[in-house]
Amino acid sequence: MVRKKTWYRVPLAILGYLVLILVALTMVVPFIWMITTSLRPYGSVFSYPPELLPKVFDISNYTRLFTLVPFGLYFVNTVFITATIVIGQLLLCALAAYGFSRLKFVGRDTIFVLYLATMMIPFQIILIPLYLMVFKLGWVNTYQGMIVPSLSSVFGIFLLRQAFLGIPKDYQDAARIDGAGELRIFWQIFLPLTVPSLATLGVLAFMGAWTDLLWPVLIARDQAMRTMEVGLAYFNASTATAFLQPNWPLMMAASVVVMLPVLILYFFTQRFFVEGISMTGVKG
Amino acid sequence: MATIPLASNTAMIKPKNFWKRFTGRSNERAGYLFILPSFIHLIFFLVIPLGFSLYLSFRAWNGPSFQNAPFVGLENYRFMLGDDRFWHAMLNSAYFTVLSVPLGLAISLVVALVMNQALRGVNIFRTLFFMPVISSWVAVSIIWITLLDPNVGILNYVLSLVHLPPINWLGDPHWAMPSLVIITIWKGLGFNMIIWLAGLKAVPRELYEAAAIDGANGWNSFWHITLPLLTPTTIFLSITGVIGSFQVFSPVYVITKGGPLNSTDVVVYRIFQRAFSEFKMGYASAEAWVLFLVIFIVTIIQFIYNRKRGLQEMF
Repeated sequence: MVRKKTWYRVPLAILGYLVLILVALTMVVPFIWMITTSLRPYGSVFSYPPELLPKVFDISNYTRLFTLVPFGLYFVNTVFITATIVIGQLLLCALAAYGFSRLKFVGRDTIFVLYLATMMIPFQIILIPLYLMVFKLGWVNTYQGMIVPSLSSVFGIFLLRQAFLGIPKDYQDAARIDGAGELRIFWQIFLPLTVPSLATLGVLAFMGAWTDLLWPVLIARDQAMRTMEVGLAYFNASTATAFLQPNWPLMMAASVVVMLPVLILYFFTQRFFVEGISMTGVKG
Repeated sequence: MATIPLASNTAMIKPKNFWKRFTGRSNERAGYLFILPSFIHLIFFLVIPLGFSLYLSFRAWNGPSFQNAPFVGLENYRFMLGDDRFWHAMLNSAYFTVLSVPLGLAISLVVALVMNQALRGVNIFRTLFFMPVISSWVAVSIIWITLLDPNVGILNYVLSLVHLPPINWLGDPHWAMPSLVIITIWKGLGFNMIIWLAGLKAVPRELYEAAAIDGANGWNSFWHITLPLLTPTTIFLSITGVIGSFQVFSPVYVITKGGPLNSTDVVVYRIFQRAFSEFKMGYASAEAWVLFLVIFIVTIIQFIYNRKRGLQEMF
């Protein structure tokens, strides 16, 4: 039966590749363009027709960047904030997920359903009161103001609960018989067994925290407190007014610097990104 | 304590003294303790702000000081009914959603179908497709500003190659929103594609083989097997897509700032401006609740529409 269709198998495959290549080009060209432009001399204007491949390799933009704007400081801020959020989320969500999946207590499933319901609430509703609360706590323009609201994620609890449910109860029972307390069972048995899911949550949390704009832009008042994303947004706004036309090579260099860490992490941990995303879809 | 009797945990437990739960068998106490950190976090940073937001929406509060926040009842909401700018923003958000969601899902579905053919090198393509997804909105927006430049941007250059006139993408009020749509679709394509792929892989291979034996060609297979079995995925993507589109903010904040001529003034941007530039926090809270209501209604409509098509069992 399959033989009947052989004649258009090959052209179909070629067409498929064409589509993929076309889409891949569309995805990648903007990034190549960004790198090319960042390598042009400081303050140079665009050429027409637009050149895609770098003909010049001037890295003066990058060196200039760090003197104009304290991107090094932004980097440190972003690293600290992101790391804390990731560790915090892993910890809090894992603890809660273990409680919801492997421990019995009255109201467990009801409370969990309530947790899930909160996922439907859009962030904008609580944006203002959350800001006011943080303001009242004196946490505006501080690290804790940027970190603490993101310390726990219901999505993360959901994800890890699924992972914990997949571990056979026997491990738990055997450990209990041997006299281990719940915390020990959690820490020494369940956590090591769910490293892939933990990695997935970690990677997703990293991405969310590193590229967050709406919240940090409200909290960081001083330049010294900005994250890279916020710094880039302000830099963009400032160069637009400072020069008649924004200094694009410089802007592009800034963009490269901001994007590079996430891209590098992504290339090494692709699997976890894809798995995490697929999991959200399959559960529906 | 009134709890919903769930077979999993409460069937064996007789109504006990509440405190015994904490001092008796350590297991129950452990459960509560484990969820305590996240529970506290949820209460403080979600539930309380939620209540406070509702409370704020009934007050006219201008400014960070906690004095003079007079209760104005439904005045905020009444004002909103006549607030043209708000409804214009709502229309813009709806326009954005209608443009970006169906188009984005269709394109990513086509790509997913091709990727599903198990051609060699799919992993490389998947890596490339995912790059925009994980990139920061600000950096992506900056890049696209240059790509959409009417004089030296690559997009207009490509148009000129096929003898089409150049478009003033970000300056023309008619094209500003489509520009944002293009950027958003570009950025989300890899993400949607991954989810489509997960749904495609769930279709049993035997169905295709059986159809082929019965003489079905490619198009028939797609229309009568693939699409119907993709329905849960489609529903999931369209619902989350609509919810997400109504909340679009970052590209507007970085690129268009609501312009030109308010053509890209979307609801979240409006709320942001109202709260943090004009300091009308009470009114902005009311606007946020109305946005939530609109999203909620649209989601319900989508549920009902799919239910009417007899697809309830797909859930």
